[in-house]
Amino acid sequence: MIANVPMEHGLILAAILFALGLAGVLVRRNIVFMLMSVEVMLNAVGLAFVAAGARWGQVDGQVMFIFILTMAAAEVSVGLALVLQMHHSFKTLDADVASKMKG
Amino acid sequence: MLNYLYLIPALPFAGFILLALLGRRLSTGTVALVGAGSVGLSALLTLLIGIDFVAMPPAGHAYTRTLWTWMQFDGYSPSVSFTLDPLSLLMMFVITFVGFLIHLYSAEFMKGDEGYSRFFAYMNLFVGSMLTLVLADNLVLLYLGWEGVGLCSYLLIGFWYKDPANGRAARKAFVVTRVGDTAMAIGLFLLFANLGTLNIQELMQAAQGRWPVGSETAVLAAALLLGGALGKSAQLPLQTWLPDAMAGPTPVSALIHAATMVTAGVYLIARTHVLFELAPVVQSAVAAIGAATLLIAGMSALAQRDIKRVLAYSTISQIGYMFLALGVGAWSAAMFHFMTHAFFKALLFLGAGVVILAQHHEHDMFRMGGLKHRLPWAFWTFLIGSASLSALPLVTAGFYSKDLILWQAWSSPSGGALLWAAGLLGAFITSLYTFRMVFVTFFGAPKMDISHRPGAAMLLPLALLAVLSIIGGFVELPATLGDKPIFSEFMHTVFPVHATEHADTGTELLFQVIASLVSLFGIYAAYLYFHRSPRMAEKLAQSPAGAALQKYWYSGWGFDRLYDRLFVRPFIWIARINKDDIVDSGYTGIVNLNRAVHNVLSKTQTGNIRWYAMGLAAGAVVFLGIIFMFH
Repeated sequence: MIANVPMEHGLILAAILFALGLAGVLVRRNIVFMLMSVEVMLNAVGLAFVAAGARWGQVDGQVMFIFILTMAAAEVSVGLALVLQMHHSFKTLDADVASKMKG
Repeated sequence: MLNYLYLIPALPFAGFILLALLGRRLSTGTVALVGAGSVGLSALLTLLIGIDFVAMPPAGHAYTRTLWTWMQFDGYSPSVSFTLDPLSLLMMFVITFVGFLIHLYSAEFMKGDEGYSRFFAYMNLFVGSMLTLVLADNLVLLYLGWEGVGLCSYLLIGFWYKDPANGRAARKAFVVTRVGDTAMAIGLFLLFANLGTLNIQELMQAAQGRWPVGSETAVLAAALLLGGALGKSAQLPLQTWLPDAMAGPTPVSALIHAATMVTAGVYLIARTHVLFELAPVVQSAVAAIGAATLLIAGMSALAQRDIKRVLAYSTISQIGYMFLALGVGAWSAAMFHFMTHAFFKALLFLGAGVVILAQHHEHDMFRMGGLKHRLPWAFWTFLIGSASLSALPLVTAGFYSKDLILWQAWSSPSGGALLWAAGLLGAFITSLYTFRMVFVTFFGAPKMDISHRPGAAMLLPLALLAVLSIIGGFVELPATLGDKPIFSEFMHTVFPVHATEHADTGTELLFQVIASLVSLFGIYAAYLYFHRSPRMAEKLAQSPAGAALQKYWYSGWGFDRLYDRLFVRPFIWIARINKDDIVDSGYTGIVNLNRAVHNVLSKTQTGNIRWYAMGLAAGAVVFLGIIFMFH
């Protein structure tokens, strides 16, 4: 039998993954890698939901995870379109170059 | 007839409005007609009303007419109302008659000037304001007239505004009289706060009833009113503006700075004489100031070269005589001298104007000469005016009025030997500088040709004023010469006759002889020094003591320099220190703080997406931290 994993462990893992994703967003300069880090954050949140759902033995946590995945897919398509647009305008994928809103 | 009183000030005001609005579009003749005509009509009305008043005096020898309520406050509503009594009738007579003659003279004097209609508009406004001043029933309306004449004085001194020096002279006159006006306003506040009214009759009765002689409030109020009078009448210490006011056209000097506005102070003190009688220390101050001023101004006149400045200092000196008379309680003697002075001083100024026009607008007497035969009318009228000013015995008006003042200075209870001696010395100096002026200007060798011959409009006023300068004195014959004090009797309802030593006719005769001798000696000294042997005068002026004295007297005893050091320079120093405006720095400080904060905050707008993401993360961390802290 698979031993019940305590919810706290699942949540801690989700928090660590979330923090790693956040650090990635803040540190990486390439837009594509920033998007990847955002994906990591989203999945961390999904993990948190699933762990919480397993705690009470309800299926709602996993339903939420399906929602998050769907939203992530839609978001990635839009995000990649924007990345293409940025490459078209600035000829680079460096996020720091797009600072025309400065001041 | 008396109910047409309001027309007398109204006509000049109407003339002012007409000329101010339409003056530019009217022809020169029409402007002169409106300008001089309005004052002429007022003069005619004054004559008719005067005859009516004397023949059938109204009850209490005073006629009051309230025109409308001016302001309405809780507990006090001053109205525009005019009071006619002997004093205001006398003032009205002088203002309108002498004013009309001067307006007639100006019609020719100012011909060709581009501000012709502006001149007559201002002159009419002045006459209207001055009439309001003398007819006013309450001190508020009087103050309105007071300020009005001050305004017109400023406008007319700086009439030729294109020359900045004239503007400076006008500003100086306005600022110096303002000092006096402020004192007077504070005096009005004091009187109202203590007595609850500013109606002159009620005020005098209330003051007499409630304030004992010599009480502090009475002294303070009288002193403040005296301050106002000193400013307007150019007495010590506020006399510095009058010589510079000669920058204005000569008719202005004649009307405003000889006959009327400068006598407003004398009128004020005479009108409120009850208050001054309640403050004997202030009244003594009036006499002392009068005596000091007449000597200082007389000596300054002796050193002047500009003919109009001689006459300006002469005016200051003669008003000093009027103040001397007021100070010893000789109210009607002061008003008598006011009347004769208006005649001969206006005559002298108008005559000086003729001479100035005839000598290419030259003002320096020492560059003129030999005009005795070339301008005969001007010469004879000027001579008559000068004789009247010097109080030539028996035949001139000035003799009777000045002599009465000297006698009262000696014999009045508050008079004394010192005041009389000052007046006597002043009479000598007066004759000296007056005939110095006559001999230098009219006698001797001609130095310039005649550039303008005076016409009838200029000579007729001279002739009329000359006649008045002779016969004007015969209305008050002293006890030694016929004993017909018609003038004092006319005034006795306003000024109760003082108990002087009337019975001592012998002493009075002696004093008259002394005064006459002094005046004749002055004329003779002027003849010696300035006509027969002018080199004696030059040698005296070139000696070290003489030259120093000449410079000192020429600058009017250094008052301009004193005030410059005492007031003007500290004020400019403060203004320079405060150039960046300390009070404003509070507001600019707020602006600068705003700008600094903005600069700091705008540095956070980097446009960098990672920066904003970090901001989000930091904010979230802080928020979570707060929640965990309080949970």
